[in-house]
Amino acid sequence: MFKDLFHKRKYATVPSERERSDSQERPKRDIPEGLMNKCPKCGTIQFSKELEKNLKVCPSCGHHFRLSAWERIGMTLDDGRLSEFDADMISEDPLEFPGYAPKLETQKKSSGLKDAVVTGTGEIGGFPVVVAVMSFDFFSGSMGSVVGEKITRAIEQAHERRLPMIIFSTSGGARMQESILSLMQMAKTSAALAKFQSDGGLYISVMTDPTTGGVTASFASLGDYNLAEPGALIGFAGRIVIEQTIRQKLPDNFQTAEFNLQHGQLDRVVHRKDMKSTLTRVLDMHAPVKEETAHGV
Amino acid sequence: MASELPFEKPLGDLRRKIQELKGLSQDTGIDFTDEIARLEARCKQLEDEMYSELSPAQKMHLARHHQRPTSLDFIHDIFTDFLELHGDRLFADDLAIVGGLAKLNGVPVTVIGHQRGKDTKDNIARFFGSPHPEGFRKALRLMQQADKFKRPIITFIDTKGAYPGNTAEERGQSEAIARNLREMAMLGVPVVCVVIGEGGSGGALALGVGNRVLMLENAIYSVISPNGAASILWKDASKADQAAEAMKITAKDLLSFGIIEEIVPEPKGGAHRGQAEQSAFIKEAVWRHLQELSLLTPEQLVEDRYEKFRKIGRFTFAPSAPAVEGPQGREPQAGGDPQERLSGEAAVETRAAPVEAGAPEAGEASPSAAESARVH
Repeated sequence: MFKDLFHKRKYATVPSERERSDSQERPKRDIPEGLMNKCPKCGTIQFSKELEKNLKVCPSCGHHFRLSAWERIGMTLDDGRLSEFDADMISEDPLEFPGYAPKLETQKKSSGLKDAVVTGTGEIGGFPVVVAVMSFDFFSGSMGSVVGEKITRAIEQAHERRLPMIIFSTSGGARMQESILSLMQMAKTSAALAKFQSDGGLYISVMTDPTTGGVTASFASLGDYNLAEPGALIGFAGRIVIEQTIRQKLPDNFQTAEFNLQHGQLDRVVHRKDMKSTLTRVLDMHAPVKEETAHGV
Repeated sequence: MASELPFEKPLGDLRRKIQELKGLSQDTGIDFTDEIARLEARCKQLEDEMYSELSPAQKMHLARHHQRPTSLDFIHDIFTDFLELHGDRLFADDLAIVGGLAKLNGVPVTVIGHQRGKDTKDNIARFFGSPHPEGFRKALRLMQQADKFKRPIITFIDTKGAYPGNTAEERGQSEAIARNLREMAMLGVPVVCVVIGEGGSGGALALGVGNRVLMLENAIYSVISPNGAASILWKDASKADQAAEAMKITAKDLLSFGIIEEIVPEPKGGAHRGQAEQSAFIKEAVWRHLQELSLLTPEQLVEDRYEKFRKIGRFTFAPSAPAVEGPQGREPQAGGDPQERLSGEAAVETRAAPVEAGAPEAGEASPSAAESARVH
């Protein structure tokens, strides 16, 4: 029929250069934020879902992304279950420090946390433990009165319940806005550990990126076992301050977990995928020995 | 003659004027007695006004005065038979901390302090009073020695902070400070600490876990130096004076927070204007506290120190919070305990919520996902 003569045939078309660049841009606009993730270390871009499946460790370079307290609890505790202590404890502004009160509010909103540590009890590999998990996304994980008090109470709970204590640290240091009260939290938490540890309590410290300042110079360094995640920044003074003091550039690996291991400050550097099993092994070593095992049966 | 600080200039001017007049009356024989008496009265009045109302920043400058007496000055004034002991037995002898045996009113004690230098050369040798790990470890060695031989411990705190250097980090600066905090908590002998100048951060606290902590009137004590705080908060280290106000670093502030037990008065114009008088004030206060503490058993001393630090901190509970005063009062094994159940339930809830909010997939992505849904 004539009709067929005028029918436009369909061909496969190759888009022009311009169209192509347009079409490449369009999906970029449409990607919801957070769908993709770029590794800050090697620049590799990957799906966030894939990254999460990989425990937020970059598949190409092994960079350990920072975790929020609840992400870590989800990965580390059996079934991600935690019976939380002092969930509603919040900071005051005892010094009436300029800007502190409003900053606390914005930190609460942005992080979904009430302060920089979550404490409670749960199980790891079937072993009941008391844990304190710090979160860098609240006020850079800084230690003020609330962090000090919650950690001290958690240690006292571990002591009372005769359970091992595990603290996952990440912190920019003491919280300046609470000045001397923050400083004294170092003494308070360390004194609580002194009581607990001298009475036979087991304390495992896990340092994650970054653990610095007053937290490193108190409970984080006092573990019966000190572990750290690969690449984590661990130190007392900041790199810039040190460079200004010694008037030299510091090597790239300065204050990394590996640097600390090399200088005898850590027992082990443990990859995130092995953290739970490593903790379980240490806990198992401290569990009461079963009779039949003891007799070598 | 003590060198004057900028805020002391009006007083200095007045004193110079008096000197000038005195000289003039000698040279010319003209009688200026009345004039001089008038100026001296004015000088006295100005002194009283100025030194009774010092601002935190002014105190900070007095606390850092280069002529302010150091630990060794006070040790030589207050104690007899001081025998300095050296070294941490691990690496080196850090001159930023001094310590040794001494007698206080005839009683053997261990005395330890941060030591600033007296001049540039001395300061370089002593790292300006900022200890390395070996300094903290020397201090701990001496404290544990005191514990063994049942000697009371007196520490003098005067440092800008632990030394921020690469070698200090390599040798475990954090661990050294942390260990001191923990081990000082366990000492079975009386520990009295005196902040004599600047108490800077962890490096100060590493000698500061005492049953009693005293502070000289113009001494300061804070988590970070006001200069450091200013550069972090306002990106401007020159705002240190402003930071000094905000950070509540004076003896009066710390007394009100319950962090120190007593303020030791200073001679008018600061410790450097009357070292002997200052030493006498410190000696009296330290001796009084040691006598009180000598009534306690080793276990009571540990408990007393624990309680002192245990109660430091200001916090509250969110309004929505159930009336749970923390886990202390809770029976761990009692499954039927309503509070225990409550905390368990709360745990499940709190677990669900933050995972949603925290995970980038759900939390960060969902707003923009909703946005793009709206666009389409």
